[in-house]
Amino acid sequence: MTLDAAPGIVAVALVTVATLAIGTWGLRFSRTTSDFFVASRSVNPRLNATAIGGEYLSAASFLGVAGLLLTFGADMLWYPVGWTAGYLVLLVLVAAPLRRSGAYTLPDFAEARLGSQGVRRLCSLLVVAIGWLYLFPQFQGAGLTLRATVGAPAWLGPLIVGAIVLAGVTSGGMRSITFVQAFQYWLKLTALLLPAAVLLAVWAGDGRPRAAVHDAAWSLPLADGGGQGLYLTYSLIAATFLGTMGLPHVVVRFYTNPDGGAARRTTLVVLALLGLFYLVPPVYGALGRVYADDLEGRSDVLVLELPRLMVDGGPGHVLTGLVVAGAFAAFLSTSSGLAIAVAGVLSQDVVGRRGRLDGVAAFRLAAVVAVAVPCVVAVGLPDVSVARAVGLAFAVAASTFCPLLLLGIWWRRLTDVGAVLGLVVGFVGSGTAVVWTLADGGGSGWGAALLTQPAAWSVPLAFAAMVLGSLATPQRVPAHTGRFLVRLHAPEALPLQR
Amino acid sequence: MSRPWRRPRLGTDADRATFRTLHTASLASPALREGLTEDSAERSIRHLRALLGAPALAITDTAGLLSWDGTGDHHADRVTALAAEAVERGDTRVFDRSDLPCEETGCPIRTAVVSPLVVEERVVGTLQAFAPYHTAGLARAADEVARWVSGQLELAELDASRTRLMEAEVRALRAQISPHFIYNSLGAIASFVRTDPDRARDLLLEFADFTRYSFRRHGEYTTLAEELRSVERYLLLEQARFGDRLRVTLAIAPEVLPVAVPFLCIQPLVENAVRHGLEGGTGQGHIRIGASDRGQECVIEVEDDGIGEDPDKVRRALAGDAALDSVGLGNVDARLRNAYGDEHGLVVETAPGAGTKVTVRVPKFAPGVHV
Repeated sequence: MTLDAAPGIVAVALVTVATLAIGTWGLRFSRTTSDFFVASRSVNPRLNATAIGGEYLSAASFLGVAGLLLTFGADMLWYPVGWTAGYLVLLVLVAAPLRRSGAYTLPDFAEARLGSQGVRRLCSLLVVAIGWLYLFPQFQGAGLTLRATVGAPAWLGPLIVGAIVLAGVTSGGMRSITFVQAFQYWLKLTALLLPAAVLLAVWAGDGRPRAAVHDAAWSLPLADGGGQGLYLTYSLIAATFLGTMGLPHVVVRFYTNPDGGAARRTTLVVLALLGLFYLVPPVYGALGRVYADDLEGRSDVLVLELPRLMVDGGPGHVLTGLVVAGAFAAFLSTSSGLAIAVAGVLSQDVVGRRGRLDGVAAFRLAAVVAVAVPCVVAVGLPDVSVARAVGLAFAVAASTFCPLLLLGIWWRRLTDVGAVLGLVVGFVGSGTAVVWTLADGGGSGWGAALLTQPAAWSVPLAFAAMVLGSLATPQRVPAHTGRFLVRLHAPEALPLQR
Repeated sequence: MSRPWRRPRLGTDADRATFRTLHTASLASPALREGLTEDSAERSIRHLRALLGAPALAITDTAGLLSWDGTGDHHADRVTALAAEAVERGDTRVFDRSDLPCEETGCPIRTAVVSPLVVEERVVGTLQAFAPYHTAGLARAADEVARWVSGQLELAELDASRTRLMEAEVRALRAQISPHFIYNSLGAIASFVRTDPDRARDLLLEFADFTRYSFRRHGEYTTLAEELRSVERYLLLEQARFGDRLRVTLAIAPEVLPVAVPFLCIQPLVENAVRHGLEGGTGQGHIRIGASDRGQECVIEVEDDGIGEDPDKVRRALAGDAALDSVGLGNVDARLRNAYGDEHGLVVETAPGAGTKVTVRVPKFAPGVHV
């Protein structure tokens, strides 16, 4: 065990130290200069896109996708496709107008668009809910990783990652510094791509063996399942395509773009970067069918185990260390981004508003709450699939913020009453499914299918509620709607009388 | 109000009538506080008619009808003529049937009470109450309501002038580029014309860009990037003059460059820092300008290692004491508070001989603030 554990421990320690060190000192290296004209140099779209990629690629992408592919086959390819294509919807419909709105967070957008504190508070609650739902699988993935590579008990991983994230976030060292996040993307890509290349070479050297158990259902989409399978697929597509725009840690990154055009260019680069990254996990899934068929029960650790199963001795350890480092980087970057987003909302709209705490203390308290809750849940529910849990976060985001953003940007008759109605309906609908799934709702049949992947019905329902609620209260259309929408859709260069 | 268990606490019938009247008035007041427009008249007239209990009510400005509420709107075309008379005379007038020709049977409008709306001793419009017959009570009530509406319109005027004052202050700040600065810059540029013509040309262009930005007419807000660009130009010009005596360090997080900030809110701080940093003496002055990302907020710091200042004096400057040298500081402070609320004013850390550090905290998003 000790020899096996060594690469894992080394990798985890290195990534932790590197991340904290870059966060703490990197700021000084990258910023302080007496050179003039640095000030006018804003973050360029390529760097910003890499940072978004670094923050976005989470445990679910790094570990979950390969595991799902191993277990459930080609249908699961919709996860990486959807997680990428979500940015296409973002690019076409949301990116530039959202940037031009001047909003930093989603509650900011709601307030600016509808001029209502009520909608703002509801959105803050939703940000916290989605953030926690997304954080919990990250911590859980950390538990899996440590158990698989070091042999630590399952509860230790969430606590360790939670503690590191908390230390980084509260000390101010792990703020979403563009440079650090961009580095994380390349680290994750290298950590996944390099071992994959080696493993493919090994596979070719072995004479390209095929899976021992040949199973047509695995490689064909929708092979079994019929109508239900089709429903599940469409629902997954709806959740992932429409959910990306509602993720709190993604949206705040768009603020860094200097204007709407740059926001679009950034999104385009994100699409390319994610497309590149998501080519790799399926390779692990397919190789897993050949070399690691016995992992079915704990498929989330496939990416971590595969190098050791395929390559013996020292090189195997090096590859394992690399993969573990990538996975750990994935937990740290995504969860610190999310923790900052959740803590920001908590400190601004909950703690800061009532308490007598000043800014920094309120933020620290909020960060503790933001990290502790999902950490405890991750310890309590160790068996939910990482990618599935993230899928649920997407479903909630798609059922709540997607209607708000799309109608807010493209429909002038939206009112605060309609928005509240839509958000509540969407949240209750998708939230029921979340609770049911986390409570290990089993069974088969249509009921189970509808609750496993709620997006296909909860998203249209939320849209309908929002539209009908707005149409029923035409007198509550905010007075500034026309002006606001012009600002969202007119290029910055137009000399409008703003 | 119809809940029986609450009734005893609301007092007598007369009390309740008072409450009702006050409540109705409070409903009309928000619209009127926006000034006298078609929109505000439209939104308030219903409540005003409820106050008077008249079958019809009209609000006009000096030119014509703004809004009509109630029955008999075939009389609406007479409104302008009635208004003209009241505007001319400047007091409440009563009109009877002969002034309101009508061919409809059972039309309840036979008499009109027309009261002028007066803002700062100028008639801006009229309030016209129509009724079946004339009573002294209606005339008195119409007069009083018109006076109350005038009061609200005066408050609206006050709001508007407060906004105008703020704008005037920004304009004053723009015009405040000190003559000394212009003189010194041009002098410094002139000294380069022979020795280093290229540099002189560059500096002149910087000077042109700097003044163009400072005299810009539109927009109350700008991005931090624009503001810092102007600061850089200013510092380039000052460096041309002071040479090595002025050292500048910038530490700007690129993430906060798109933040919207009030126009000319950093430049005056830097100007103060240069003045303090280099004042009195031939030594070096070091100025540090930093902008960092704190999640929901962006923190901007301007620091110098100069002679510092008496904290009491700074306090008075921030309170708006114009006799002091740093008018810019008080103005920036007031505009920051106005835009983001009182907790976002300037924070000045200073003591005699210990340099000065001014900190600005700007939220990344605030309602109503955009470039």
